[in-house]
Amino acid sequence: MSAVEMKTISLDDIEALAVGAWILGTGGGGSPYLGLLNLRRLYAEGHRVQLMSPLELADDDWVAVVSNMGAPLVGQERLADSRSIARAVRMQEEINDIKFRAVMSVEIGGGNGMQALMAAAHLGIPVVDADCMGRAFPEAQMTSVAIGDLRPYPCTLYDPRGIEAVVTKVPSWKWMERASRKICVEMGSIASTSKAPRTGREVKDWGIHFTTTKAIAIGRAVDAANRSHQDPIAAILDCEGGQRLFTGKIVDVERRTTEGFLRGSAVIEGSDDDRGTRLKLSFQNEWIVAWRDGEAIAMCPDLICVLDSVNGHGIGTETVRYGQRITVIALPAPAVLTSPRGLDFVGPRAFGYDLDFRSLFATPGAP
Amino acid sequence: MKRIGIDVGGTNTDAVLIADDKVVHSVKSATTADVTSGILAALKALRSNPAAAVPVDAVVIGTTHFINAVVQRRHLQQIGAIRIGMPASASLPPFCDWPTDLAALVNGETFMLEGGHDYDGRPFMPLDIDGLKAAARAIKAKGLRSVAVASSFSPLDPSCETTAREILAEICPDVAVTLSHDLGRIGLLERENAALLNAALHDLAVTTVAAFRKAIADSGIDAPLFLTQNDGTVMQAEIATAFPVMSFASGATNSMRGAAYLSGLDDAMVVDVGGTTSDIGQLRHGFPREANAVVEVGGVRTLFRMPDLLSIGLGGGSHVEQNPVRVGPLSVGYRLTSDALVFGGDRLTATDIAVAAGLIDIGDRARVAHLPKSVIDAALADAHRQLEGDIDRMKTEAGDVPLLAVGGGAFLVPKRLAGISKIIRVPHGDCANAVGAAIAQVSGEADQVFRDLTRDDAIAAARGIAEERAVQAGADRKTLKTVDVEDMPIAYLPGNALRVRVRVAGAIAEPKIGAAA
Repeated sequence: MSAVEMKTISLDDIEALAVGAWILGTGGGGSPYLGLLNLRRLYAEGHRVQLMSPLELADDDWVAVVSNMGAPLVGQERLADSRSIARAVRMQEEINDIKFRAVMSVEIGGGNGMQALMAAAHLGIPVVDADCMGRAFPEAQMTSVAIGDLRPYPCTLYDPRGIEAVVTKVPSWKWMERASRKICVEMGSIASTSKAPRTGREVKDWGIHFTTTKAIAIGRAVDAANRSHQDPIAAILDCEGGQRLFTGKIVDVERRTTEGFLRGSAVIEGSDDDRGTRLKLSFQNEWIVAWRDGEAIAMCPDLICVLDSVNGHGIGTETVRYGQRITVIALPAPAVLTSPRGLDFVGPRAFGYDLDFRSLFATPGAP
Repeated sequence: MKRIGIDVGGTNTDAVLIADDKVVHSVKSATTADVTSGILAALKALRSNPAAAVPVDAVVIGTTHFINAVVQRRHLQQIGAIRIGMPASASLPPFCDWPTDLAALVNGETFMLEGGHDYDGRPFMPLDIDGLKAAARAIKAKGLRSVAVASSFSPLDPSCETTAREILAEICPDVAVTLSHDLGRIGLLERENAALLNAALHDLAVTTVAAFRKAIADSGIDAPLFLTQNDGTVMQAEIATAFPVMSFASGATNSMRGAAYLSGLDDAMVVDVGGTTSDIGQLRHGFPREANAVVEVGGVRTLFRMPDLLSIGLGGGSHVEQNPVRVGPLSVGYRLTSDALVFGGDRLTATDIAVAAGLIDIGDRARVAHLPKSVIDAALADAHRQLEGDIDRMKTEAGDVPLLAVGGGAFLVPKRLAGISKIIRVPHGDCANAVGAAIAQVSGEADQVFRDLTRDDAIAAARGIAEERAVQAGADRKTLKTVDVEDMPIAYLPGNALRVRVRVAGAIAEPKIGAAA
């Protein structure tokens, strides 16, 4: 193996990652807080995590794709344990008789943005600066590797009381979602998972690149703006080429669960330039469509982020409530998600909205 | 029914006697460093009014003593921490998110054992009884006198925690035990933190409650003692000894409850303008709306039942800057009566502006006669702007609602505010917090996950649990009213899982008052 350029992720980077990942979670993905606590402890014990470019992977390297799966509520009682995610990766090595070169998160948005770092700290291998969503999504088939029609199996699931499960074969990503979700529920509705291993070639072709760096940059921009009393939201938009959609106050929130997902809507009454108008946001775990006077002005897979107007931090669909002063922004989706096949998996129709995807961004984040 | 309410604030200790639903007399007296001599002074001043020198049925105290101990890192004891729920959560042990200085002060030793439950009530792992016994022996050997126990999903099934208490009682019977399910909601780390803080305050709670009792006895009063808790209800003094953390935010809650009582309104916004800060909250069914979010106490994340309050740096003692004109956030605080212009000082304060504008008549008005009208108007406009924006932020419904303005600095609240239908000021509003203490009720709460029930059935089941808990805490069943219902569907759980939280409250049951004396 040739020498590969690595960057050591600093603790400051990790603090920024927690802020940036929560924003890229677009309202879902669970809070990165417990992951941050784990990493602070691991760093205090002397662990360090290396970040490597996906472009430096050899074609035949193996990359582990990890996520914590399940209900955020259960995660509040069974706290994310950094060793569990590492064990799920080891299981993949054992059943496939491979050694992983590196590890990456299935989604950079929310708490899962921290999982790869936790695994990497224990396994002593680097984290690849990439993920499979570029944000957060609720289901296993909503990934770039599913869009790429890569092999969906095997998937390992680990529960700390000693239950280990493998879904060895499924006909499709959607079946992987259904089968693994059932196992996860039996485990107590939370499991550490390692998805189908990817080759270096596959990560180079289908991974969404440099998203860890991106999340860290967003977090750093927000922190720097807050420290110097600048507008943190303008800092995010500058950093990411996003658009400000709406500024106002939450005046109504409606939530319901259907088929295990948290669905609902939030209504925002405009202030400042938006005074006199209202924006409605529909969500399914994440923010999916933004409607202004009945017209869809932004939609998935473009990222719709609801931010605290004062400090620029993300606000989740589980914690949004009346009276919050918020600013809604949109960030461009990774190109793979807006391709025709991408939209089949993560476009508005995948969430039940009969809308043709229209991006707010003229040249959606070219690869 | 005659009750004395006492509120021990940062500057003043207020006392009030309420008889037959009327405020008989109220007094303000300076808070003292030892707290109890201030209480004694307030009681003596109150009782010097013949109408207030009558036998009373109860004395209710609201105090910030325990939260101050945490914030100031004083009078805290070393404790043992028992976490049940291994092998999950192992990498985030007790104290893992505490400020280092506070953890070093409090952490005697931690024990992490197998056990706990899943969200659906199934045992997570068999409870490690031998491990509990070994922990109890270690706690005894180390001489620790207070222990906190937290088990995963204990708000749903507390049996692991109660078993731990039984074992501790056998092996080290003199050790005080705090169980997390008695204090908090779902969220292991935050609930455990509440239990750890509570255990660390145990000795202080015992001595403080004894001192309160002595102050009452010394003032010639023979009546049971209650302490107010964060949610605007009371607990008997013995219970307060066991749960000091439950009094953490009682001051602001008392003033909101007092405002509701004095105005007869159960649903309104409340602003309590003090000397240094204004607290803004919302009354629903006569109780402050509670915070959903995590509340930090002395740098520790907790999930107490706390009122959802916004504190802003605006009060009667706020500095007024003139270029540009701005009120607060700095304040002269307890030096108001020496530093403000109208009292002969040289610092322009919000009180001086109010005197100059003719809103109140205190001190020497001639000393503010020179203030230009433009400064007076701009300062009042700035106070107006701050209050209007922040009151609106705390509203949870669209449309105009009434606002109760209480506290010593309530004169700063303008006559009209956007989003407010009318502004109500009440007699004795400056002692609303002591009134709130005097009229406090007893509550009970349930916070559980229900599956395969209709929403109505799940809420009814939760209400039944909350009512039983209120009766156990000393409430009169006939007077129980539901004060808060919240239901939250849960993502990724099967069986249409619904988390329901219900809180009920009612009058103190009569026989309990006698029994608690």
